[in-house]
Amino acid sequence: MKRFFSNLNFTVGFTMSLVVVLAAVLSLVWTPFDADKMNAKNRLQGPSWTHPLGTDQYGRDTLSRVMTGAVSSIIVGLVTVAIGLSLGVLLGLASAYFGKFVDEVIMRISDLLFGFPAVLTAILITSILGPSMINAMLAIGIFYIPVFARLTRAVAMTLWEREFITAARAGGVGEWTITWRHVLPNILSPLLIQGTVQFAVAILAEASLSYLGLGTQPPTASWGRMLNEAQTFMSRAPWMAIFPGLAIAWAVLGFNLLGDGLRDTLDPKMVRMR
Amino acid sequence: MSPPLLDIQDLQVDFHTPEGIARAVDGVSLAVLKGETVGLVGESGCGKSVTSLAILGLIPSPPGKISAGRTLFEDRNLLAIGPQALRRLRGKEISMIFQEPMTSLNPVLPIGRQVAEPLMVHRNLPRSAAMEQAADYLERVKIPSARKRLNDYPHQLSGGMRQRVMIAMAMICGPKLLIADEPTTALDVTIQAQILSLMMALKEESRMSMLLITHDLGVVAQTADRVLVMYAGEVVEAAPVTDLFDHPFHPYTQGLLRSMPRLGGHDRGRRLKEIPGTVPPSTETLVGCKFADRCPDAFDRCRKEKPEPAGIDRDHWARCWLFEFPKKRGVHG
Repeated sequence: MKRFFSNLNFTVGFTMSLVVVLAAVLSLVWTPFDADKMNAKNRLQGPSWTHPLGTDQYGRDTLSRVMTGAVSSIIVGLVTVAIGLSLGVLLGLASAYFGKFVDEVIMRISDLLFGFPAVLTAILITSILGPSMINAMLAIGIFYIPVFARLTRAVAMTLWEREFITAARAGGVGEWTITWRHVLPNILSPLLIQGTVQFAVAILAEASLSYLGLGTQPPTASWGRMLNEAQTFMSRAPWMAIFPGLAIAWAVLGFNLLGDGLRDTLDPKMVRMR
Repeated sequence: MSPPLLDIQDLQVDFHTPEGIARAVDGVSLAVLKGETVGLVGESGCGKSVTSLAILGLIPSPPGKISAGRTLFEDRNLLAIGPQALRRLRGKEISMIFQEPMTSLNPVLPIGRQVAEPLMVHRNLPRSAAMEQAADYLERVKIPSARKRLNDYPHQLSGGMRQRVMIAMAMICGPKLLIADEPTTALDVTIQAQILSLMMALKEESRMSMLLITHDLGVVAQTADRVLVMYAGEVVEAAPVTDLFDHPFHPYTQGLLRSMPRLGGHDRGRRLKEIPGTVPPSTETLVGCKFADRCPDAFDRCRKEKPEPAGIDRDHWARCWLFEFPKKRGVHG
């Protein structure tokens, strides 16, 4: 643990991410105000002691909505990374193990997916399936599959050449067991690093889609959605845009730094040296 | 005499490379009797390791392919029993120890778990029982406070300790044959001696046979009963260990012995003699004796015709034309 916290990137990233996670968890049980409760009297109020981050056009408390918005962001991050990880790792392992035709097919499909501009295609998918948080997560998650598939394949291919795999084979261990017990555990740290970075990217992607009205639907609070609504009141109530914007920047920066910090400490090269 | 435990006949292994077919093992025959230690020596790239991997069916394919031969283990032909039967044999009846204890252990699995794995695979033992036996075996290979070290990772152990772990892994199922591929090459000299004596002690206890692959004639002299010298994919000389050291016949064997440092004796302070040149690339098909180009005693016939094994006595033979002209026999020293 000390090893991790001696790394500045990790410490800062960890702290920033922790704030986001704590805010989200707290919002599940307590927010200063009901995040969805409208109050016409209090509309478009600036930051004050009662509403530290002001209120929006319906008089909803911005702080409460930013906190609740963290929940959407985290759910989107988790689900998209889970989609990408599970399918990507399976495909990557298959690609590395079977090689030849299987590898060729999987990798060419990956190339194809990489060739599409991700956000544009996500817009396409959500406009076909209809705008909703679930469809946004699907659209982002699909683009994560090739990311994890390529990473898994690259690391797995070098692992299959390693001597300890031959040693395991010489011990009569089956190919399936070797894959799960010897190959996969050795890929976990690069996957963790990549997963953290993709988590940050997913928060940004969800914000973009929601900003365009294709992601999380009202009244559920979402940072991108809040930015969208703030647009109309930019000059009258700039806090409506500033705070959700800051929240996005904070979370994305935090998880990126966390990923960098993990990379510094869990660097695959260092793992190999052990 | 009882039939050999392992009987390899005319084994031939090809690698299909962009430069053509490389014949890494070219008609090797060797037998290992029950309880016997056979040394397989030769320079790097002469096919020793490929031979051992071929026995276990671990030649990466493609590009490798066993193109001819038979490997009989007890009464089974290992080349014909199929991958599943072969897998069940590996680690249970035939085990292997590799050269690099640094890279032959999985860096992210605790050592206890790795030693227990063969038991879980071959005996279907539950993890706890397998770990218990693994702890016992780690004690047998003299790992200090073995029980506490079960959850250590390989990087927490020294090279010698790691090789002990490898030995425990290879021996825990009580194999009939242990193939040791340069088991001590990567270790310090003092550790080498410890590991060798440990291996020999375990071998005596379990009356197992051993095929010891090495380029170190010193190791062979200490441990083997019989020695086979390999050159460019062929066995060029075979002899009981004392015969080989006292009367090496093949010029290559003589060269190997001359290039080995010795303590004391009349040659103290003398420069070691190396064998000039290198092993020919295995993609080349050579007419005649493969060693002819590097051989100090080569004559016309060596470059035209391939010598067949010829015996000095029943156990000692060599593949060399000099046998027909014993006067030309080089002086060993």
